[in-house]
Amino acid sequence: MFTPRPRHAFVLLVALGSGAAFGEGPNLGRPIDPADIAGWDISILPDGTGLPPGGGTPAQGERIFAQKCAMCHGERGKGGVAAAVVGGGPIDRIEATKTIANFWGYSTTVFDFIRRAMPWQQPRSLTDNEVYALTAYILAENKLIGENDSMNAETLPKVRMPNRDGFIIRFPDKI
Amino acid sequence: MEPRNRAKEELERLEVVAGNGLLDRRAFLRSGAAVAGTVMGYTFVRPAAAAPLADEPWSLGPGGLSRPYQQRSRFEEKIGRTLSNPNGEPRTSHARTPHHLINGTITPNGLHFTIVHSGTPDIDPDKHRLVIHGLVKQPLVFTLDTLARYPMVSRFSFVECGGNSAPMFSKEPIQASVQALHGLVSCSEWTGVRLSTLLEETGIDPKAKWIVAEGADSLALSRSVPVKKALDDAMIALYQNGERLMPGNGYPMRLLLPGYEGNMNVKFLRRLKLVEQPAMSYYETRTYSQILPNGKAFRFYFLQEVKSFITHPSPGLALRGPGFYEISGIAYSGNGRISKVMVSADGGRSWGEAALQAPVLSKAFTRFRMPWRWDGGPAVLQSRAWDEGGNVQPTRAQFVAERGETRNIPPVLGFPNQHYNSLTSWAVDGKGEVKHVYA
Repeated sequence: MFTPRPRHAFVLLVALGSGAAFGEGPNLGRPIDPADIAGWDISILPDGTGLPPGGGTPAQGERIFAQKCAMCHGERGKGGVAAAVVGGGPIDRIEATKTIANFWGYSTTVFDFIRRAMPWQQPRSLTDNEVYALTAYILAENKLIGENDSMNAETLPKVRMPNRDGFIIRFPDKI
Repeated sequence: MEPRNRAKEELERLEVVAGNGLLDRRAFLRSGAAVAGTVMGYTFVRPAAAAPLADEPWSLGPGGLSRPYQQRSRFEEKIGRTLSNPNGEPRTSHARTPHHLINGTITPNGLHFTIVHSGTPDIDPDKHRLVIHGLVKQPLVFTLDTLARYPMVSRFSFVECGGNSAPMFSKEPIQASVQALHGLVSCSEWTGVRLSTLLEETGIDPKAKWIVAEGADSLALSRSVPVKKALDDAMIALYQNGERLMPGNGYPMRLLLPGYEGNMNVKFLRRLKLVEQPAMSYYETRTYSQILPNGKAFRFYFLQEVKSFITHPSPGLALRGPGFYEISGIAYSGNGRISKVMVSADGGRSWGEAALQAPVLSKAFTRFRMPWRWDGGPAVLQSRAWDEGGNVQPTRAQFVAERGETRNIPPVLGFPNQHYNSLTSWAVDGKGEVKHVYA
């Protein structure tokens, strides 16, 4: 069994401050250059940190969606064997279906999830421009942006999602 | 005193502590073997005499071969997990633990619940890598071999899906087994390397408040974890009950966050990025945020709160005539140790304290046991647990008042909401059949 060891936080900060190597541990991890992590470093933060260069429009996204997404998510994203990505009713019951339009708090999550997970059979096969275009298409179909609005690292984080303030942190002391 | 007389005296002292025949939990703990034997056979009417004993064929010749990895008895093969997606359609697959068909506190590896959102990846452990980067002094990459050389720790910990017990949000009780209702929680001994040990070697920038954990599955499933938890008791788990992790449980390595929502215990772990703000990933902002009756939603629930349910008896395990039974079940809390479990046989009108099987470990299953003399009449069995932090399972009325219930009856495999930790009630009828009720 192990018990909490609060001294860790102290050790870490002291060591960072002094710049000294850590003598006690096995030190078996191999240093890696951030450039060599880039292939895996796909997390996007809600303020846009991590968004790649490039961009795309709803019109571009519409063509890609029809080709690569509609077979599961339905025509114009209205739902099929996979969940609808367009539309959504009110959050009027505890079992309401959560959708991008009625629930998601951040537009960056749309980009992040498409890029890391879609299409289902070939994840991470889309170019960044394609991901931007699909994000723009889905946001536009949900009337969250205009139909000619281009999405890129500047514009995407500024899209305000309707349910942005609909959340309560359950246990703030755990953060 | 002769053992026989001592047993008789002990039986007479069996104290009824609550309505409908609940007996003092100490009745069997303090008794010697002779007494226990008598008590276990206790019924209102002595059973008919047993048949004469004779050798069976397996006792009259040598047995079968030993195998490198032994299999359970062929008579046990039908005991398995229930599958929500047996044909691997392009959606999430759930496999639920049959709590009513096993016992003790450790879930056998083959019966540990699993949820995979895009199938189980077939990972070559020699090619798997774990990278820690972001707001650290030195990004580092670890292989399974190098991690295996670090100082290890073992701990018992339950893992529970945030959506376990979701059918309990139904406005009417869904008739299903404890496996269907509560099968998305299991408990193992996990062995691995403390995450804090690795973070000592990378160093942490004081600005880092969150760690984005990511798997090597096709969704690159990711969740944001507070650095606070990482430095408390998080582990990079490599072993599950002594052997390498099961593929469905994250082979070759997973993040273990004792007491925290299962989905955060990222499986197939390949990347930990230290950042200032949470990533608001798909699973934390959509799937694992819980809608409240007022239309708002909880975010970052994290904790699997104190909970218990009775596994024996339960639906599918009918009672065979009046007499003695042991009520038993499991209790656990993401906050720490279980401090008390109370059991009722009359739908919560009266309660008796159950015995807790030692050892009672923090954030792990605790088995509780309660002797019961069933008189053959209707009974409603419930358990209610407390943890060492003073947290208690809310009654159903309290829970529904805060969290609500569904407008329609959801499918048993549905997830109308999450983080249910109120009571479960089993009604026993005059025939000994057990049904799920709200009481």
